[in-house]
Amino acid sequence: MALLEVKGLRAKVGDKEILKGVDLTVNRGEVHAIMGPNGSGKSTLANVLAGRLNYEVLGGQVLYEGKDLLAMKPELRAREGLFLAFQYPVEIPGVGNAYFLKSALNSIRRHRGQEELDAMDFMGIVTEKMKLLGLDEAFLGRSLNDGFSGGEKKRNEIFQMAVLEPRLAILDETDSGLDIDALKIVASGVNTMRAKDRAIVVVTHYQRILNYIVPDFVHVLVNGRIVKSGGRELALELEKRGYGWVEESAVS
Amino acid sequence: MPDADPREPYRSDFDRLERELFAGDPPWLMKTRRDAFAKFGALGFPTLKHEMWKYTNVAPLARTRFTPAAEIPGNGLAPEKLDPVVFGKFEGSELVFVNGRFSRSLSSKRNLPEGVWVTSLADALQEDPRAVEPFLAKTAPVDANSFTALNTAFLQDGAFIHVPEGKVVEDPIHLLFVSTAQPQPAVAYPRNLIVLEAGGQLTVTESYAGLDGGVYLTNAVTEAVVGENAALDHYKLQREGERASHIATLEIEQARASTVSDTSIALGGALVRNEVNQRFLAEGGELSMNGLFSVTGTQHTDTHTRIEHLTPHCTSRELYKGILDGRARGVFYGNIIVHKGAQKTNAVQTNKNLLLSREALVDSIPGLQILANDVKCRHGSTTGQIDEDSVFYLRSRGIDSDTARSILTYAFAREIIDLIRVPAMRATLGVLLLSRLPNSEAVREAL
Ligand SMILES: Nc1ncnc2c1ncn2[C@@H]1O[C@H](COP(=O)(O)OP(=O)(O)OP(=O)(O)O)[C@@H](O)[C@H]1O
Ligand SMILES: [Mg+2]
Repeated sequence: MALLEVKGLRAKVGDKEILKGVDLTVNRGEVHAIMGPNGSGKSTLANVLAGRLNYEVLGGQVLYEGKDLLAMKPELRAREGLFLAFQYPVEIPGVGNAYFLKSALNSIRRHRGQEELDAMDFMGIVTEKMKLLGLDEAFLGRSLNDGFSGGEKKRNEIFQMAVLEPRLAILDETDSGLDIDALKIVASGVNTMRAKDRAIVVVTHYQRILNYIVPDFVHVLVNGRIVKSGGRELALELEKRGYGWVEESAVS
Repeated sequence: MPDADPREPYRSDFDRLERELFAGDPPWLMKTRRDAFAKFGALGFPTLKHEMWKYTNVAPLARTRFTPAAEIPGNGLAPEKLDPVVFGKFEGSELVFVNGRFSRSLSSKRNLPEGVWVTSLADALQEDPRAVEPFLAKTAPVDANSFTALNTAFLQDGAFIHVPEGKVVEDPIHLLFVSTAQPQPAVAYPRNLIVLEAGGQLTVTESYAGLDGGVYLTNAVTEAVVGENAALDHYKLQREGERASHIATLEIEQARASTVSDTSIALGGALVRNEVNQRFLAEGGELSMNGLFSVTGTQHTDTHTRIEHLTPHCTSRELYKGILDGRARGVFYGNIIVHKGAQKTNAVQTNKNLLLSREALVDSIPGLQILANDVKCRHGSTTGQIDEDSVFYLRSRGIDSDTARSILTYAFAREIIDLIRVPAMRATLGVLLLSRLPNSEAVREAL
């Protein structure tokens, strides 16, 4: 059984139909890249999968481990192992980074029937993952994303992913706004997460990040549909020839 | 039949108390009372037609016959009755007042520097009325507010704190005013006098709490006189009973280069009016005036603040936050007046309100009156609901919707909670606020 199976997914935001029949199958152990021009619906797809409320599903089906993903509340999806690294993480003053993450982790652990972690065990896990992403202690004491730089926010998303250990991680433009050093750190963080029972979907504009996180499959989303799929080389070709080329070949 | 004059019962009470309870007062105090009562007689109770009372209808209070708590026989109370309202692990001195009157047996004084007076106003008036005379009713004008006039006419007890020149009181002082249920609705008139001479430093918290859900009225007035280079850290925690009403005024005067921080928390009461009025009398003063009101059900809470820059080179920062649930109603009215000649004034006023239900309502009226030309002033007000993007962010990490909302509500209040530098009060407030939120256990974990 596939980890994620998206069939004919259609969704709208406001009055506008954005996803016009998306088909996508992701198996455990795979890394997929979804590329596409601005406004093609990449973030919409990611958010619909995570359960954001202001997106209305018009049709189609999404099976996650064989279960109807769209029927689950967002928190249940998270507890079942779905993780979205946001393109624009929100700032939440007054909520501590560390405490928030501990409570998230424990709610996921409770769901899995695992014992809750106390502060000591939690710190053990967190310290290790922070090293992985080159974050310092002070980071934990700050408010959630509050006043973080663009790069810090993205790193925090990947840090959260590392702590929460999802089975399906969707990274929405985690590479944007990162300088080359930060990109390498984030990519290596993601790479250590690659595992045979976990899948990662990387949403990006640029093939640059795919030099570090090498995908098994590349899909091109244009105007709410996946118009072309291929291997690693598709990303390189897109970089050379632009999206116009796929759009044309999709029509023909 | 026309409505009876609501002032009448107050007149007969005043006449009686003047002959009995107040008979031994020094002549200056008797005059102060009479003048104040005359003022009340002239003003009457405010109505919605008064600009300053436009949003708060006190007619139900005017209609209720409140007997003076001063006449309630005895003010004894089993110490364990205070357990729910004292601060845990509190290090400083605590003066306890039951129905407006000082209870020696429930109070304790600790670690006060030589020469610092922390006592009950009634005791101070007995022992050394001349120490009180220069300050009492000098900072709180009776001609603008009939409740202040009533308090001044009927005052009997409260705290008298006098910090002489250069004295630093390290430990915070807690003034705890509790009200117990009476067969008849009663009104207490706590009157506090806080005087810091030049260079004095003091931290004081006033708590007001209802112990058993009766109908009562607290009409409290605090006068704070802060001398040159002195520093006052003042807090208030209002957690009156749910059928109680609380009308209070804090009047602050600041001398040259003095520093005042005031943080006022309003949680309880059915009908609440909290006024904080401050004046910079000389240059170089600093003021931080903050507050949080959190109300639900049919509670009505009205905050009125006024900051007056009468002199140049003073700085004021004001931040009030409101959380409103149920059908609660809140009012924030803020007025900063920068008088002519008060150049180089720096003033910021902010009010932020969070509405947790559709029926909750808040009126926010920030205001700046600037009569000087070389100043930096700004004000802002926002009212909104919980940010749904933030809710979704937390949910996308596995936190359920109710808990996410509670976390975000607490986080909203936190900016004010973190301003409280009395650890015991901060902890108590944290617990109080959490206990009102759904899934408080889970929220505690996330903070
Ligand atoms: N809340 C919204 N209301 C109305 N339209 C929206 C909303 N959110 C997104 N859209 C529109 O949906 C379309 C797809 O947006 P989406 O964010 O999914 O694109 P994207 O492929 O992620 O683009 P980018 O590469 O710029 O991140 C865009 O035209 C966008 O303007
Ligand atoms: Mg996007």
